[in-house]
Amino acid sequence: MKVGLTVAAVALIAVGDVGSAAAETIYVTNEKDNTVTVVDGGTLEVANTIPVGQRPRGITLSKDNKRLFICASDDNEIQVFDIAKQAIVGTLPSGPDPEQFILAPAGNPLYIANEDDNMVTVVDVDSGEKVTEIPVGVEPEGMGISPDGKTLVNTSETTNMAHFIDTESHEIIDNVLIDSRPRFAEFTADGKQLWVTAEIGGSVSVIDTATRKVIKRIGFAVPGMNAEAIQPVGVRVTRDGKLAFVAMGPANRVAVIDAQTFEVKDYLLVGQRVWQMAFNADQSRLYTTNGNSNDISVIDVASLEVVKSITVGNQPWGVAVAP
Amino acid sequence: MRGSRVHCAGFLVAALLTTPVPAAAQDTPPATIPIAYITERVKELPPFSLVDQPTADNGLMGARLGIQDDNTTGKFTKQTFTLDEAVVPDGGDVVAAFRGLLAKGDKFIVADLPAAQLLAIADVPEAKDTLIFNVQAKDDALRGEQCRANVLHTMPNYAILADGLAQYLMWKRWANWLLVVGTGDDDKLFATALRRAADRFSATIVEERVFDATPGARRTDTGYAQIQKQIPVFTQDVSNYDVVVVSDERDAFGEYLQYRTWDARPVVGTQGLVPTAWHRSQEQWGATQMQNRFAKFAGRWMTERDYAAWLAVRSISEATTRTNKTDYASVNAYIRGPEFGVAGFKGQKLTFRDWDGQLRQPVLLAGPRTLVSVSPQEGYLHEFSELDTLGFDRPDTTCKIKAPAQ
Repeated sequence: MKVGLTVAAVALIAVGDVGSAAAETIYVTNEKDNTVTVVDGGTLEVANTIPVGQRPRGITLSKDNKRLFICASDDNEIQVFDIAKQAIVGTLPSGPDPEQFILAPAGNPLYIANEDDNMVTVVDVDSGEKVTEIPVGVEPEGMGISPDGKTLVNTSETTNMAHFIDTESHEIIDNVLIDSRPRFAEFTADGKQLWVTAEIGGSVSVIDTATRKVIKRIGFAVPGMNAEAIQPVGVRVTRDGKLAFVAMGPANRVAVIDAQTFEVKDYLLVGQRVWQMAFNADQSRLYTTNGNSNDISVIDVASLEVVKSITVGNQPWGVAVAP
Repeated sequence: MRGSRVHCAGFLVAALLTTPVPAAAQDTPPATIPIAYITERVKELPPFSLVDQPTADNGLMGARLGIQDDNTTGKFTKQTFTLDEAVVPDGGDVVAAFRGLLAKGDKFIVADLPAAQLLAIADVPEAKDTLIFNVQAKDDALRGEQCRANVLHTMPNYAILADGLAQYLMWKRWANWLLVVGTGDDDKLFATALRRAADRFSATIVEERVFDATPGARRTDTGYAQIQKQIPVFTQDVSNYDVVVVSDERDAFGEYLQYRTWDARPVVGTQGLVPTAWHRSQEQWGATQMQNRFAKFAGRWMTERDYAAWLAVRSISEATTRTNKTDYASVNAYIRGPEFGVAGFKGQKLTFRDWDGQLRQPVLLAGPRTLVSVSPQEGYLHEFSELDTLGFDRPDTTCKIKAPAQ
């Protein structure tokens, strides 16, 4: 899940190198096991496995780094995980079948895609109240929010659009047509671009957020691999705007893109069916969830090398990193 | 269910008034795209098993849900989709009903008809500039010598299904088959495809047996006693084989083979492990949403025909959304062109073969309660698309009619 790391990281670097990989903890939702695997960032070993709600998928860190929010899709709720206590301490309403969600940069509210219901649900994480529901396209999925918190983007998988939503009025202000099955939306740190993956289209669309036009459609080609196996899902762009990483599903690779020129620089072999990714606080590492090989891969961002894979639970889906 | 759809329609109108649309769509006035659905409501036997759900509106519900999904998308593009439903009673005049649709101006037709009636409507002279989607007939001939330029097929044909099954059997190394064929016409058609598949993928049909049974009354108080004695005898004395491959399209006897064969052998084909376009156990690639949406909408599970009809209706919307055009010529050209692809919860985009109008699609291999596998199987490679290892590839085709608008 997208975890507003920008704000968290800046704050942490200001008070010292607390955000280093050695001190961090990685949390992985295991969709099939109804658990979260806790991985120690220093040793890169599994530290604990914690039972959570049914079909845990999206996972994101609160802005104060004290809580994790976890989509328990088949329980139709969001679970609140207390990091100090290492336990579920409460739930939030979510609407039916929450899959992906995103937290406002200010830390509240939480915007949740209801995959089964053509809705985005807005929830106040402090009061635990549902604020409103926003009707969107068929099978809402990807969720992105602009750094200023004013624009929310939801992608709908069967409607094939990125819906731009004003977070004041909760109205859709624009719709941008994307290739087939848009899965994930990521704003760049400067807010000027939105990157959207299309799983079945096999592409990434880069949208200029001022004009809301697609300025670049990035395609992929892995030698010896059928085009149909290339199914982009997660995308992450580094804070400095230099690199983008795209998880390519059953192609078992993460594409590395020069985010300035949009050229694909490399394909990093990770585990099987790679879907979601998260940076650590200082963005020295990128963690990927590999659903079909039951592991996560650790990518060293500086060297662009996969340095380790760690076995987690059954069908890892989402990942969040707490400093 | 009706109540909730009415509610949805009301919401759509409100959304159209308040939701700004993309620049591309703002330049064009709101458009209405009529899609027609035609079927003959043939009187059928009750379902084979009490476990099966009756499906009086088989196919139709898929088309209706497709329209609902199209309209959710259409509210952002100012496109409204409607469904003209022509449900002809058993023995009614399908061609007359079809002419009625043409007279109303329908150009996009979802044809939920068996092969003979499909050909009858496709050959109506006024139907030349229409796009007919075959969502029911699996006959290989419709993709071969009986292909028609104005017909696309979202239902996979027998050859695709048989090949999908055969690839899996070969992956399992179950290469020696006992083929058991019923006496129905469709049983023979599927059996032909199975023989072709055995040949293509180097399986051996060690013996072929005909099971002479016509489906009778479905319910009986003493069902199993007779069958338990019949089936072992019927399957006795077959030389070394791995698997029973059955072709019983009418559910006359195929189900009875399981657990009752003389030798302990799995059953695959029309019963047991079935190759199919859709199955209620399919939950991969986001299919859970489709299953839930359909069950909520129709009050029953989605069938193969529902799925094929849904795909047809979605294909039209995909074309109108991408081209921002709604006329027959533009939609027809786009759907048949290289840019087209529709997502159908099978992990890759689905496209139409330009040589026979068949939709390329992975084949689900389903047991009663789980998805067992999906073909094409790993290792069956192809120069252009691995999906073309299933069914009639370009070099195999006997379809002589070049599709229009190429």
